[in-house]
Amino acid sequence: MTTIYQKTKGLQDTELHYCPGCSHGIVHKLIGEVLEEMDALGTAIGICPVGCAVFAGNYFSFDTIEAAHGRAPAVATAVKRTHPDQPVFTYQGDGDLASIGAAEIVHAAMRGEKFTTIFINNAIYGMTGGQMAPTTLIGQKATTAPLGRTREQAGMPIRVAEMLATLDGCVYAERVCVTDIPHLNKTKKALKKAFQRQMAGDGFTFIEVLAACPTNWSMEIDEANKWLMENMAAYYPLGVIKDTEAM
Amino acid sequence: MKREIWKGSEAIAEAAIRAGCRCFFGYPITPQNEIPEYMSLHMPQRGGVFVQAESEVAAVNMVYGAAASGVRAMTSSSSPGVSLKQEGISYMAACQLPAVVVNVMRGGPGLGSIQPAQGDYFQATRGGGNGDYRTVTLAPANIQEAVDLTQEAFDIADQYRNPVVLLADGLIGQMMEPIVWKERTPRPLPEKTWAACGRGSRDHNNFITSLLIDAPACEAHNLDLAKKTAEMEKNECRWEEILLDDAEVVLVAYGTPSRVAQTAAENLRKQGIKAGVFRPITVWPYPYARLREIAARESVKVFLDVEMSLGQMLDDVHLAVAERKPVRFYGRCGGAIPHVSEVEGAALEAWKEVK
Amino acid sequence: MKKEVILSGFGGQGVMSIGKNLVEAAVVEDLEASWVPSYGPEMRGGTANCTVIISDERIGAPLVESPSEIIAMNRAALAKFEPAVAPGGTVFVNSSIIPDKVSREDVKAVYVPCDEIAAELGNSKVANMVMLGAYVAATGALKQETIETMIAEMFTGKKAKLVPLNLKALHRGMECGRSA
Repeated sequence: MTTIYQKTKGLQDTELHYCPGCSHGIVHKLIGEVLEEMDALGTAIGICPVGCAVFAGNYFSFDTIEAAHGRAPAVATAVKRTHPDQPVFTYQGDGDLASIGAAEIVHAAMRGEKFTTIFINNAIYGMTGGQMAPTTLIGQKATTAPLGRTREQAGMPIRVAEMLATLDGCVYAERVCVTDIPHLNKTKKALKKAFQRQMAGDGFTFIEVLAACPTNWSMEIDEANKWLMENMAAYYPLGVIKDTEAM
Repeated sequence: MKREIWKGSEAIAEAAIRAGCRCFFGYPITPQNEIPEYMSLHMPQRGGVFVQAESEVAAVNMVYGAAASGVRAMTSSSSPGVSLKQEGISYMAACQLPAVVVNVMRGGPGLGSIQPAQGDYFQATRGGGNGDYRTVTLAPANIQEAVDLTQEAFDIADQYRNPVVLLADGLIGQMMEPIVWKERTPRPLPEKTWAACGRGSRDHNNFITSLLIDAPACEAHNLDLAKKTAEMEKNECRWEEILLDDAEVVLVAYGTPSRVAQTAAENLRKQGIKAGVFRPITVWPYPYARLREIAARESVKVFLDVEMSLGQMLDDVHLAVAERKPVRFYGRCGGAIPHVSEVEGAALEAWKEVK
Repeated sequence: MKKEVILSGFGGQGVMSIGKNLVEAAVVEDLEASWVPSYGPEMRGGTANCTVIISDERIGAPLVESPSEIIAMNRAALAKFEPAVAPGGTVFVNSSIIPDKVSREDVKAVYVPCDEIAAELGNSKVANMVMLGAYVAATGALKQETIETMIAEMFTGKKAKLVPLNLKALHRGMECGRSA
């Protein structure tokens, strides 16, 4: 019998705790596939965030370290510098990366740390129950912005990929999403490129994934994906933000 | 062995490298800048990693990362900076990661002063961060001891898989004294099979985490940590007794004040007063048992606790002495160092009270 | 034997470094020694001082209230530390810069024209070495040969040519120390 599809060896045989329609599971799978294809499951070290992906180490089959909230880039800095020949990545949400860990991500990018950051931007705090994130859109409701985010009260949402792209240490930044198969394929390609450039020693690489959180957005799955494409992708444009190879 | 003259901070840095420390992550703060400065030059030359982090928080989390991937790592700071590092120290204790944190204490609270102080005693000896944990806390009183304890700290950390704190004060960091680099016999240490350094051919992945969201699991983990705490308490307690055999007045002090107390005791003896010094070298675990024995001696009349803080170690002295004998206190703080004459005077007063 | 000395002067006058020289020489002579600097904003310009203790026994308190000697390289140093000197102690005064005389009668004063001698020798930087010579000769705390060997070891390679100059400065200082 011919195998036409099988689960990546990059994931364990564990049931994921993510909600229906959540993008985390898909991105986990893509990371597992990319590292498997690169024959890196024995060498890869992943740094997990605080947030919904806090249990990622129970799902990935390679070694992982759970960082304190926002500190994954600092942890990854040490891991990569002491294991320079191994692929290292951080997996962080928007609260973790763009709020409490803003200093750590900016400085890791500034130093051109040779690891990859996978930034899951779903414009909301998931695990703590739908509070406003730095990436929450204007007008979007959150449990700490019950009437919707306003510019006066909370400022404008932060475009992290664009911000990090201004730093010379960042060699590759792309924004992707996983709402359908073509976008999912693009995401996988972007992830692979990021890891390849990391292993080539080029510098800091950054993949921002616009992600859906139907639970905290109070939407059906299809509705959430549609909202993501119409609203998030409008404010956070998809595509390559920076690629020093193409420059 | 050749005696060399070393400045405290630099001696601590060199001792760490000689002890196999392969990473240093730090952030500038007075009075310990000589440690990162020394590391920035020497660590890369000797095949190690130096990063000047964006903050103390980042620095301690870099230590966490290095430790989690199985590498000997250290960070250093001074009081306000060490407060920021408590996050990482708590996480390392939770994840059972070995690392060394140096605190060259200055005056507090807040920004305080940059002169020597001991106001971080509670923080250092009671865990310091959130949760139930302790760290072995080594308090050198001279540069030779700073060197020896720094090297020992890495072994203690690896043996128990727990962060270790070297608690020095600004004076120990800044002063120069002759030392010798002793031949060390490293402890037999367990292999770091738990490290997240790449799965290789292991049949499972290593996942370093402190999140145990299920309360019974978290409690079980805490109880495991507590067993380790008990082991550290049993095995790692150190102290020194100076002129103590026939002492009637016992001065209790650690770090720089213990040296002041020593000179005060010598002076008191010249006046016919039998004074001695009990000097904890580990302030956690605290040498309660030995101090209790001393308190029970008939010859001992009174204790005088001397600190560069306002009665923090005093709690531990009380716990040990437990009302057997009177305990008096003399402390300076905020960066002021007690003078010999002040300590001598306080001891004399205490002695007159009980005579 | 126990010497407790406070050395003080402007930053750049080399007081910290001759303090360190005393410790180095003491170590060669198998003595115990300690060196404590003043530190903080004042060392980035302004007055610098350090406390050196040399002893044949374990050193307790590394800071002293009543030093057996002080070395004052500038006026502020003399004003600040003269009152602290132990009765019977010695005050070393850089008389090239300090016009004042030691006012106390219970201490010995040694006046050393450090900068004038250094200028005579053609290098203002050795003023501190002149004072070191005076201190060693007047106190007998350390052997002359020890200091000479130390100076020879201090300047090596390109700087080796500075050895004779520093030795000369040391010897001129020693003359002042002896005759005081």
